Amino acid sequence: MIKGSTPVTLADPAAEKAKDETQRKRKHLLDLADWTKEEVEALFNTADVMAQVMERTIKKVPALQGFTVGTLFFENSTRTKLSFERAARAQSADVMSFAAGASSLAKGESLKDTLRTIDAMQSDLYVVRHAVAGVPYQLTRWTDAAIVNAGDGRRAHPTQALLDAYTFSKNFADFDSFEGKKLAIVGDVMHSRVARSNIELWTKLGAEVTLCGPSTLLPRELEQFQNVTLTNSVYEAAEGAHTVMALRLQNERMGAGLLPSIAEYQARYQVTEEVMAYAHDNALIMHPGPMNRDVELSGTVADSGRSVIEKQVANGVPVRMAVLYTLLVGKK
Amino acid sequence: MNLKHKATLMDSVEMGRALTRIAHEIIEQNKGAENLALVGIHTRGVPIAEHLANLIETFEGVTPQVGKLDITLYRDDLTEIALQPVVKKTEVPFDVEGMRIVLIDDVLYTGRTARAALDALIDMGRPAVIQYAVLVDRGHRELPIRADYVGKNMPTSKHEVIKVQLESIDGEEGVELMEVAR
Repeated sequence: MIKGSTPVTLADPAAEKAKDETQRKRKHLLDLADWTKEEVEALFNTADVMAQVMERTIKKVPALQGFTVGTLFFENSTRTKLSFERAARAQSADVMSFAAGASSLAKGESLKDTLRTIDAMQSDLYVVRHAVAGVPYQLTRWTDAAIVNAGDGRRAHPTQALLDAYTFSKNFADFDSFEGKKLAIVGDVMHSRVARSNIELWTKLGAEVTLCGPSTLLPRELEQFQNVTLTNSVYEAAEGAHTVMALRLQNERMGAGLLPSIAEYQARYQVTEEVMAYAHDNALIMHPGPMNRDVELSGTVADSGRSVIEKQVANGVPVRMAVLYTLLVGKK
Repeated sequence: MNLKHKATLMDSVEMGRALTRIAHEIIEQNKGAENLALVGIHTRGVPIAEHLANLIETFEGVTPQVGKLDITLYRDDLTEIALQPVVKKTEVPFDVEGMRIVLIDDVLYTGRTARAALDALIDMGRPAVIQYAVLVDRGHRELPIRADYVGKNMPTSKHEVIKVQLESIDGEEGVELMEVAR
């Protein structure tokens, strides 16, 4: 029965264990440009587990106990900041919250000095939002902590794109893959970091992206990306789309002379039931929020069964939990 | 790490006998299979739990609930490790409140996995009882934890590795004792 002398070839348990672990390569999340499809899929699998946690009575796990997450919002935000803080606390991380308005930045302190001061209080990761593109990248050079970009200028808002794609994958009927899917983004594409990150992510996952808006708000250079098309017709954009994402029309664009009037924008670019009739039968409606009801999106569409706007907000938490887990665990 | 095969601790027949005995012990201890749930700890606890559930159904005519538990988010070393463990889905498709739960794993070693599993389970509700069944207990506990049901006690040295193979995962079955080649 004991066959000790017989040579037996067995899988090395250490090698097998390694299959269950991924070498943590990535320290920061600044944008999605260099993320691979596999990494995104792994992140979504982690988000599935985090979503389970959020469905329980006790919405908390000890995974990030002992880690500190700092939120540095140099630009106003309510939902993104709340979402990140919820994501950190649901994993038992401590949260240090910094709002620029109430800070010494208003008293003339430089960005670098502000970061150094905050950094002296020892965070493992900072979630950063800033009106200037590239600030999160710059901060990586001034701290050893991990940096997560929560929106920099018009450049990138990677966690929003991740939660948008995740929401699509969870809510589109019979979803199997992003391959061959069409995302239509309608509105002020020019000023939208959400649009840029979504273009980066969805094309990487195999989807096509159609951008739609008035020419003044539709940067022609985006056409150079593969699988990205531009159009001024909202009907053309919606044609066969598997999801239509409306972007917020910021009131300040009026003053800049980029739009003749809100009424004209509504008439030509508002996503209405009539527009949605051109989309795929199961097409979803998304909006990164905050929404100007009946401007970029008609109220009926926003409240229709196709709308997953609230699910986007809900999914923000598990997706950000997965981001924090992925960047923090396996640190040493 | 280079591993050398030292001995076969259990072949598939012996493993089958041990699991049959554990199934009987679980029924005996819990006075039947009412309100009984078997929760396997990922990865190898899961097929063992399924196997035990089948045996209990055969013996008692009552099918216990079966769940899968991933304890990654409850590990006590997440701030220290260099590699990131892949989190897996926990599937406990029943209310744990008031249930008699048997946690199931392949090897009991330091006891840290069991500690994490207890915390993970209790965060889901308040079971009436939690018991613990393992195929192999190899000693070297670092926490005050013991198993209620043990397939085989096997004192080992820390240089040794216990390799449990299961039909559904590994294609073959048995428990092997290996040693780090020096």
